[in-house]
Amino acid sequence: MFDYSMSELTAIFAMQGFAGLILFSVFLLMALGLAIIFGQMGVINMAHGEFMILGAYVTYLTSNLFAEYAPGLFDGYFFVAIVLAFLASALLGMLVEWSMIRFLYQRPLDTLLATWGLSLVLQQAYRSIFGAREVGVVIPDWLTGSYPVTDIVELPVSGIFVMVLAVGVTLAVALLMFRSRWGCQVRAVVQNRPMAGAVGINTARVDRLTFALGCGIAGIAGSAFTMIGSTGPSSGQLYIVDTFLVVVFGGAASLLGTVASAFGISQAQSTLEFFLGGSMAKVLTLMVVVLILMVRPQGLFALKVRR
Amino acid sequence: MFRTTFMTRHDLLGFAVLAVLLLLVLPLSLDVFRLNLVGKYLTYAFVAVGLVLCWGCGGILSLGQGVFYGLGGYALAMFLKLESSDPESTRIQSTPGIPDFMDWNQLTELPWFWEPFQSLGFSLLAVLLVPTLFAYLIGVAMFKRRVGGVYFAIITQAIAAILTILIIGQQGYTGGVNGITDLRTLLGWNIRTDFASYVFYFVCVGLLFVCLLVAQFIRRSKLGRILLAMREQEDRVRFSGYDVAGFKIFVFCVGAAFAAIGGAMFTLQEGFMSPSFVGIVPSIEMVIFCAVGGRLSLLGAVYGALLVNLAKTVFGESFPELWLFAMGLLFIGVVMAFPNGLAGLYQQFLGDRVARWLDQLGRPSRSQAPVALEGGAQ
Amino acid sequence: MSHGSNTDFVLAVEGLTVSFDGFRAVDDLSFYVDDSEIRVIIGPNGAGKTTVLDLICGRTRATAGSVRFRNRELTQLREHDIVRAGVGRKFQTPSIYDDLTVFENLEICYPRGRGVFGSLFFRRDQAVIDKVREVAATVLLTERLEEPAALLSHGQKQWLEIGMLLIQDPQLLMLDEPVAGMSITERRQTADLLRRISQGRSVIVIEHDMDFVAEIADRVTVLHQGRILAEGSAEAVKQDPQVIDVYLGH
Repeated sequence: MFDYSMSELTAIFAMQGFAGLILFSVFLLMALGLAIIFGQMGVINMAHGEFMILGAYVTYLTSNLFAEYAPGLFDGYFFVAIVLAFLASALLGMLVEWSMIRFLYQRPLDTLLATWGLSLVLQQAYRSIFGAREVGVVIPDWLTGSYPVTDIVELPVSGIFVMVLAVGVTLAVALLMFRSRWGCQVRAVVQNRPMAGAVGINTARVDRLTFALGCGIAGIAGSAFTMIGSTGPSSGQLYIVDTFLVVVFGGAASLLGTVASAFGISQAQSTLEFFLGGSMAKVLTLMVVVLILMVRPQGLFALKVRR
Repeated sequence: MFRTTFMTRHDLLGFAVLAVLLLLVLPLSLDVFRLNLVGKYLTYAFVAVGLVLCWGCGGILSLGQGVFYGLGGYALAMFLKLESSDPESTRIQSTPGIPDFMDWNQLTELPWFWEPFQSLGFSLLAVLLVPTLFAYLIGVAMFKRRVGGVYFAIITQAIAAILTILIIGQQGYTGGVNGITDLRTLLGWNIRTDFASYVFYFVCVGLLFVCLLVAQFIRRSKLGRILLAMREQEDRVRFSGYDVAGFKIFVFCVGAAFAAIGGAMFTLQEGFMSPSFVGIVPSIEMVIFCAVGGRLSLLGAVYGALLVNLAKTVFGESFPELWLFAMGLLFIGVVMAFPNGLAGLYQQFLGDRVARWLDQLGRPSRSQAPVALEGGAQ
Repeated sequence: MSHGSNTDFVLAVEGLTVSFDGFRAVDDLSFYVDDSEIRVIIGPNGAGKTTVLDLICGRTRATAGSVRFRNRELTQLREHDIVRAGVGRKFQTPSIYDDLTVFENLEICYPRGRGVFGSLFFRRDQAVIDKVREVAATVLLTERLEEPAALLSHGQKQWLEIGMLLIQDPQLLMLDEPVAGMSITERRQTADLLRRISQGRSVIVIEHDMDFVAEIADRVTVLHQGRILAEGSAEAVKQDPQVIDVYLGH
């Protein structure tokens, strides 16, 4: 690393930093859904990665449909795909909540195992439907190419788009949770379920919608995911541990914490990646996160509360 | 009244049935290839028995048991690898006398941490102590700070992921994704003969029974009751003057030690060890062996490990697609419909009848009224 | 952290303060408990009653102040060491082990074999059985020793938890609302029980029911917003205009 000139080094950091920002956006999108489900409902959804991959496959299907039947509108397919991905994952989430999760609210560890089983079933379903090979989408022209900042630093447009998407979704979730009546109900149910029920909140419905929302956001993450990688039946599993660490590290119930920890982890990983190679970078990042969690198990952002 | 016994008659019967099955029925009815398979399934039973103590009794769900299984297996594999890498048989390498994968990765001398594994005594100690010590460190770090439940599960899972990536990434030191392969002899004795397979099978069963008896002793001791109590009302246990963290660390270490023995027995019977037995997926599968058998039942865990692995071999070979579906549905079904697994079904349909039959058999058993959870190992 | 002076009291709480994110749940609190005294703490919701017990038994760490139990500083000890020093604590909702029998519930609290290996090799000898029987008789549960604790009535669960403390033979017993949810008869029996077990040990009780308080209390401490509003006999605090204002009502 000492063979580089100062300006080259700056450029490397800038590029790696930007690569880290794309990783950050995907982490954030995935972690947001998980933070809602885990932080607000206390449910560990091990199939979260598969909900994301569902979104990716829906995006892939949408792009094929547009290419086939409406090539003229191909430039805009991505926006349609995002909406469809959200809806598909959210609907599946609703079904899963209704058929499985609602019976397991008192048994978090069992939820973990059951959703792991669900993830196996979904993976195999994807494999049977879409084949074991990874598929990639055709990215519309306006999203390819890059935007030159200086002579050596170029930022890919797709990356910028993913980032904008992540920030937009985060803001929407924040508004929904903290400004809307529904968000208020969710927080009420989290803090005191019997009381929330007693004042007339339909807690079962709130649970179902919260779970669906979390899964839907995972679907959007899957859409974004197609821009930076190809989609295979078990791609989702690769991200689940990282995403859980992001959520726990940030302090499960804190939205701000999730954003901060997604940022920290992704930046650390992509910067280290340049010097150490992918696998050691990941090992080191995860190790540091685990060690910090051992010292501060409540995560970065957690209130000291009266028990 | 109120006297405790190490084993009720019912437990004794269960142990006897398992012993007859593993020591007589299977060896007499299966050819050596299949018996070797059963032997490998049994190595997972060690893990599952440990999980009954940790998860079933203590409420500590570790999703990283593969780490300890792997460490135990690797410790023995390192010894065996060094033995089969003598300068004579590795003379075609650019550096003879070191394991082949090191040579491929341009290493020219044995790494320092491989040196002590030249000794069988050290390696056997390492099989037990390295994983136990590692579990102790994790336990101290987590339980002293009251990390438990799902957080503990996620962090152990992360540790399993980290170790797998590390092993795969550091090919030159670990053999990478292929693992440590081509193990041939143990102190000059060929481990790939049919006779060796028989010997290892019976050693494996013997060690399994040692672990089962240790686990039974823990279950029946006051420590076993404290574990159950802790799972229900941790604060109450703490305010009865117990250092809760100490008990969790202890049972977690016991689980790790059992898993490590299983891993070492796997290495012996299969002739290799690889990261595919360490990571997230194998670790969580180990939990399902325990769950299928019944998370509170020591003997159930053995049957769970045997049956799920048997199904995996049978299904996995003929209908690989169906197998993942079946495995997934098994996770969901066991958790949602049969949280007490096979042992729960046994209790529900046969347990009382067998208990009555046992009572009639001899003088009335006055040792224990079988209460649901204390009903013992069945 | 200031340290209190040596006293003859069983429990000396001085300058005890705890704040949660700036909110002072207990604020510079001082009080003293005598040997063999039954002290009742009353006060409106959120006055910090349960927090005081949490602070004494180490469940919550104090921000400042000292808790001295027979001249031994407790604020730095871990929970189980505080228990071993002789402080027993009963929680507001009965916390017993539903899956274990009444006998086993009591046995687990028997103060021997409390280490990991001590408990591994703990033997259920005659001394243990006798002690369990003795305590079971005190808390009126002799008949139910062999049953799973889950089958007990609510009141019996409260007694079982008291029994689980008694078997530890603590010098200071802290009970958080021991008669909540009990029938009239059970209340009377519990009052008897408390009077019997306060022989030779001090008891701190949190309670709302003023009749019950009057029946058992040697002295009453009234808390309000983390501070002491009044202290004295049950009769005296009942007459105190401030107490009537914030708690008892007119």
